[in-house]
Amino acid sequence: MAYTKRFDGRKFDETREIKAKVGVVPNADGSAMFAFGDTVAIAAVYGPKQLHPQHMQNPRKGILRVNYQMMSFSVSDRIRPGPSKRGTEISKISEWALDSATMLDDFPNNVVDVHIMIPQADASTRCAGINAASLALAHAGVPMKDLITSVSVGKMDKQLVVDVTKKEEDYEEGEGATDVAMSFLSQSGKLVHVQLDGKINTKELKEAFKMGREASKKIYEIQKETLKKIEKEN
Amino acid sequence: MIENLNLTADRIREYLEKGKRFDSRKVGEFRDISIECGISNKAEGSAKVKVGKTEVWAGVKMALAEPYADSPDKGNLMVSAELTPLSNSRYEYGPPKFDSIELGRLVDRGIRESGYIDFEKLCIEKGEKVWQVFVDVYSINDDGNLLDVAFIAALAALRHAKVPVYDKKEGKIDYDKPAKESMPLTENVPFNFSVYTCGGGIILDPTIDEESASEGRLVVAVIPKKPIQICSMQKSGEYSLVEEKFGEILDFIEDAHKTLFPKVQKLIDEAIKKAESAKK
Amino acid sequence: MNEEHFENKEERREVVVPGEIIASGDNLPGDGTRKEGENIIAERYGLAEKSGKVMRVIPLSGVFIPRRGNVVIGQVSDITFNGWLTDVNAASSAFLPLTEVPRYLDKNNLPEFLDIGEFFNAKISNVKAKGIDLTFEGKGLGKLEGGLIIKINPNKVPRVIGREGSMIRLIKDETNCKITVGQNGIVWIRGDNVEEEILAKKAIMFISDRTFISGLTEKVKEYLDEEKANGGKK
Repeated sequence: MAYTKRFDGRKFDETREIKAKVGVVPNADGSAMFAFGDTVAIAAVYGPKQLHPQHMQNPRKGILRVNYQMMSFSVSDRIRPGPSKRGTEISKISEWALDSATMLDDFPNNVVDVHIMIPQADASTRCAGINAASLALAHAGVPMKDLITSVSVGKMDKQLVVDVTKKEEDYEEGEGATDVAMSFLSQSGKLVHVQLDGKINTKELKEAFKMGREASKKIYEIQKETLKKIEKEN
Repeated sequence: MIENLNLTADRIREYLEKGKRFDSRKVGEFRDISIECGISNKAEGSAKVKVGKTEVWAGVKMALAEPYADSPDKGNLMVSAELTPLSNSRYEYGPPKFDSIELGRLVDRGIRESGYIDFEKLCIEKGEKVWQVFVDVYSINDDGNLLDVAFIAALAALRHAKVPVYDKKEGKIDYDKPAKESMPLTENVPFNFSVYTCGGGIILDPTIDEESASEGRLVVAVIPKKPIQICSMQKSGEYSLVEEKFGEILDFIEDAHKTLFPKVQKLIDEAIKKAESAKK
Repeated sequence: MNEEHFENKEERREVVVPGEIIASGDNLPGDGTRKEGENIIAERYGLAEKSGKVMRVIPLSGVFIPRRGNVVIGQVSDITFNGWLTDVNAASSAFLPLTEVPRYLDKNNLPEFLDIGEFFNAKISNVKAKGIDLTFEGKGLGKLEGGLIIKINPNKVPRVIGREGSMIRLIKDETNCKITVGQNGIVWIRGDNVEEEILAKKAIMFISDRTFISGLTEKVKEYLDEEKANGGKK
């Protein structure tokens, strides 16, 4: 039984409704919220600032430090609060993705801390997290060569779809579900992060990247608009 | 980072001696409070509370568990709090430090000692299976008084919470069936007051600058009987209190409770109503 | 940073995001931009501005970048045998050597002159990779006593000062306060009474919370008049 109609009725190349806002954590140097439908991420950036302990410093340029964490009540089966292997892995790959955009040569021995938290999850959480973090970094005034836009592309049996939900992730018919999370330098389109789980051939994968890149352009427009929206000043 | 703005702290204390605060509030007055429920559709109950710029999110999750040996017919409660580095760069990752632990334990004690949750109604099978209630609290922006704000968030999340459907045959939770039964709560609604001693005065709901300028605090949880009853108390900090001051603080709390408690209850009512209608 | 760009150029200034193409053709890349082929691309979140042929981005946010000659307000974090280690709200720490204090001092009693936690006004004499050097040589530099300290976004300092100091002078006159605005975004306010200090603080926050500045001076005067009339009530 092929996947001819998406569970929520979306077109195959359509993302869920996107909501984004900056300035959600007043204490932070920069912050943002980003949501793909029911998947919500918030990110806060502090820095550049001094990094302690000294042995972690890089004398040639500043380092980016990302921490990704899901809130205990973001999923059906409660996640015990505290660090997790999955959180640690996603923190690192998000760091690598965001690092391709940030320019920290002028901040040797410093650190820029990025905190990502997920209060509500419906798959594609790392993508929402990276999108929120990218906004927060720009909002914080960290020099960047470009924004980073992240999106997931799935294959349900043989059908490619953009922005995967949990129900789609759990699809078991035919070839089952394949999930590809990818992030791009928004303007240039260079790929800065990819993770894949499932079964997919090279032709399908090339198509998946094309779809992801197209979707990322639309997401980027929303990211840009979010940063440009200045609240009415009186 | 320049955080302890000592000069400002002196001014705060000086001003307070005249009974005044920088943002023109009265000493027993809370900043603007806003409450939103249903911030996570995967939680059994959830709430986002803002008091001034301080923001805390709380979520209630429930799971099946074995009862404790000394209470075979009662459900269990576990409260955890995280003072996140996201909310204030002075908090770090790693094993919970004292501040986080204290906050979690104080919220826990206030709820537990009040008898707010009807634990007997959370028993599924005596001695075998009960509901475990988890209340997890996260700071989102720290501009002072995290404990009181966290407590309000926990209350709102509990009131918003619905008990999931227990599939007796399978012996597990059926998340596909919509939860209809509310969390069993009593009329002993606890309310938490962190009273900070600052210079010669006492204040409620300090901003982070006022907190830094304070010597310590007395944390008191009360339940709305007539007269109000104290169900838990803790003194934090190295300062000392004379008996009269202590009495003054208790009167202060009783007075503040009269306006604050009904106000917060009403805000929670409205938040729940809004969350329910949004779901439809 | 000079204040000339705060002329009535509002119409020409647009909020731009990192990676955005802000001009093409025969233009030169200024601060916060780079040139790629024909295009000038923003590398910061801020207001795009054209000055002759030079396109630059005036940042809306970001850490204080210390420069020689800047007058900053700092706080002592530690005392060594030959000087004071301080925090000046920058990405690296700053050191005030004993030799840069133009007064006879008891070498064995540095804390008596300036103790840990105390605030001061100093000039940056040098900026090195490992840190910032400070000096007290200069008019009006030294320890700050009494009053309030507030932190504002360092990028907003030029507008809090105003063209030729006009804005800060307005606030000083209307509130009867001594005010020192550090280039690093730390501000010291000292008045005869706390009410006036709070009023000055509010006026400064009012300015630094705004993005665009057309007619800001009038708006600030209105704000001060209103606050005074209300006696500081909300």
